[in-house]
Amino acid sequence: MESTIVSTKGFNAYFGTNHVVKDVNIDIPQNNVVAVMGPSGCGKTTFLRCINRMHELIPGATANGTIMLHNENVYDMHPIFVRLKIGMVFQRPNPFPNLSIYDNVIAGYKLNGIKLPKEEKDRIVEHSLTKSALWNEVKDALHKKGNFLSGGQQQRLCIARAIAMEPEVLLLDEPTSALDPISTSSIEALLHDLKKNYTLIIVTHNMQQAARVSDRTAFFYLGELVEYDDTKKMFTNPKDTRTQNYITGRFS
Amino acid sequence: MNAHIKYRIGKSRGFQALTIVLACACVVPLIAILAYIFKEGITKINWHFFTNVPKPVGEPGGGIANALLGSVIVISVASLIAIPVGILCGIYLSENKTTKLAYWCGLCVDVLQGVPSIVIGIIAYFWLVKPFGSFSALSGSIALSIMMLPIVIRSTEETLKLLPDSLKEAAFALGMPFHRVILKVIVPCGISGILSGVMLSVARIAGETAPLLFTAFGNPYLSVSITKPMQTLPLLIFNYATSPYNDWHDLAWGASLVLLAWVLLLNIITKITTRKWKVQL
Repeated sequence: MESTIVSTKGFNAYFGTNHVVKDVNIDIPQNNVVAVMGPSGCGKTTFLRCINRMHELIPGATANGTIMLHNENVYDMHPIFVRLKIGMVFQRPNPFPNLSIYDNVIAGYKLNGIKLPKEEKDRIVEHSLTKSALWNEVKDALHKKGNFLSGGQQQRLCIARAIAMEPEVLLLDEPTSALDPISTSSIEALLHDLKKNYTLIIVTHNMQQAARVSDRTAFFYLGELVEYDDTKKMFTNPKDTRTQNYITGRFS
Repeated sequence: MNAHIKYRIGKSRGFQALTIVLACACVVPLIAILAYIFKEGITKINWHFFTNVPKPVGEPGGGIANALLGSVIVISVASLIAIPVGILCGIYLSENKTTKLAYWCGLCVDVLQGVPSIVIGIIAYFWLVKPFGSFSALSGSIALSIMMLPIVIRSTEETLKLLPDSLKEAAFALGMPFHRVILKVIVPCGISGILSGVMLSVARIAGETAPLLFTAFGNPYLSVSITKPMQTLPLLIFNYATSPYNDWHDLAWGASLVLLAWVLLLNIITKITTRKWKVQL
C-alpha cells in the first residue's frame, strides 16, 4: 500500500463569485505521476494552483476546504513554506531573464537569501540539471544568460530550478503545451525518471499525454472531480459516462 | 489607366517628400539653437571658467565654479529625496492596479506633472524658506524633487507593468516573500526602464530655474552648506543674462553651453545604459 502524500477534503475554489473548483476529494499517492485532465475551463489548473497556494495571489480568488500535505493542512501553513515543499512548473517556460543558467537553477536559494558554500551550489546545479536532462547541453555555458536556449530547454531549466529546492511534490501546469513534439517527448521521459524521488501532479488537456506519463488520472469536468482511478482502468473502462464521452472525443 | 496610376504614384511620392521635409524642419530649430549657443559659449570657456568663482564687474577671468558645484549639490540632494520615494511609489502603483489608493495616487501624480514649476517654487518658498527664515539649497532641492517625482513614478510604473506576470509567479512558486520578489526579480528585470526614467528626470530638473528663484536664490561665492543660499547654473544664467554688463553676459553664455552639454550628456548616457542593461525577456 502506497502512502498518501497529498489529500484534499471538500475543497472549493472561487474567482469572486465564480465557483470554479467544486468539492474535490482526492488522495495523491507518493512517488506517483498523477495526471489531471479535462476540457478547457474545467478548473484543473486552478485546482493545481491551490495545492501550493498560488491561487490566492490572484485578486478576488478565494478557496476553502482542506488540502493535507502529509498530516498538515497547507492552508494552516505559511504559503512560503508550502511553496518550498511543493514546487511548480508553469505552462510557459519562465526562467529569470536577468540571471545566468547557473543562477537560475539555484534561484530558490540565491533569491531567498540562503547562503551556500560554492561546492554545495555546484553540486546542486549539476545534480538538478542532470536530473532534468539538461546538464550535457548547458554544462559549457552555465554562466551565460538562458535566452539562447530553446523553449524545451528553458522548460527543463525551469524543472531543474524547481527540483533544486528538493520539494516533495512537483506541480506541472501543462508543461509541454508551448513546446514542439521533440521537446515534449524529452520532458515526458524526464517525468518518468523524476517520480523515483518526487510526487508529480501534471495538468494536461492532452489525453494521450495523460495516458503516456501517468500512473493515476483525475478527470475534471465543470469544476467537479468526475472520476479518479488508475490510468489504465480509466482509459479502458471508465465508470462515468462523462469520462467516457471525453475519452472517446464526443466533447472536448 | 496608366496615366491614373502614374498620378497616384506621383501623389504618393509627393506625400513621402512632404514627411521628409517636415521631419527635417523639426530638427532645424534644435540644430540652430545648439549651433548658436556653441558659437557664443565656446569662446568664453577655458580652464579658469570652471575653477574660478565670478569676479566683480570689470575684473576679467571670472568663472562658474560655484554654480557648477551648486548645481551638482542641489540636484544630488533632490535625487536622494525623489528617487527612492518615486521608485517605491511606482512599485506600489504597478502592483496594485485596482485599489482606491492607487487610483488617487495615480491621479495626483498626473496633476503634479502638470503643476507649473514656478508654482512649486512659490510653495517651497512659503512652506520652507519663510518658516526657516532663510533661502537655502535644501529648499531648492525639495522643490526640484517634487518636479522629479512624477517622472520617476510613471516611468517605474510603466516599466514594471510591462513585465509578464509569469516572472512574478516563478518567483512566488519558489517560496519567495513579496519584498524579495520585488527587489530581486521585478526591479532587476525592469532596471533599464527605471534607470532611464531617473536619468531623464535628472536631465529635466538640471535646467529648471523657476523653482530655484525663491529657494536656492543664488550666491556669488563658493558654498557647500545646504542650509544657505547656493548658486546653480540656471540661476546664474538667469541673473547674469539679465544684467547690464558684457562680462556677465559672457559668463551666462558659457554657462548655457555647459548646462546644455550636461543635459545632452545625460540623455546620451541614458540611451546607452538603457540598451546595455536591458533584460531580454
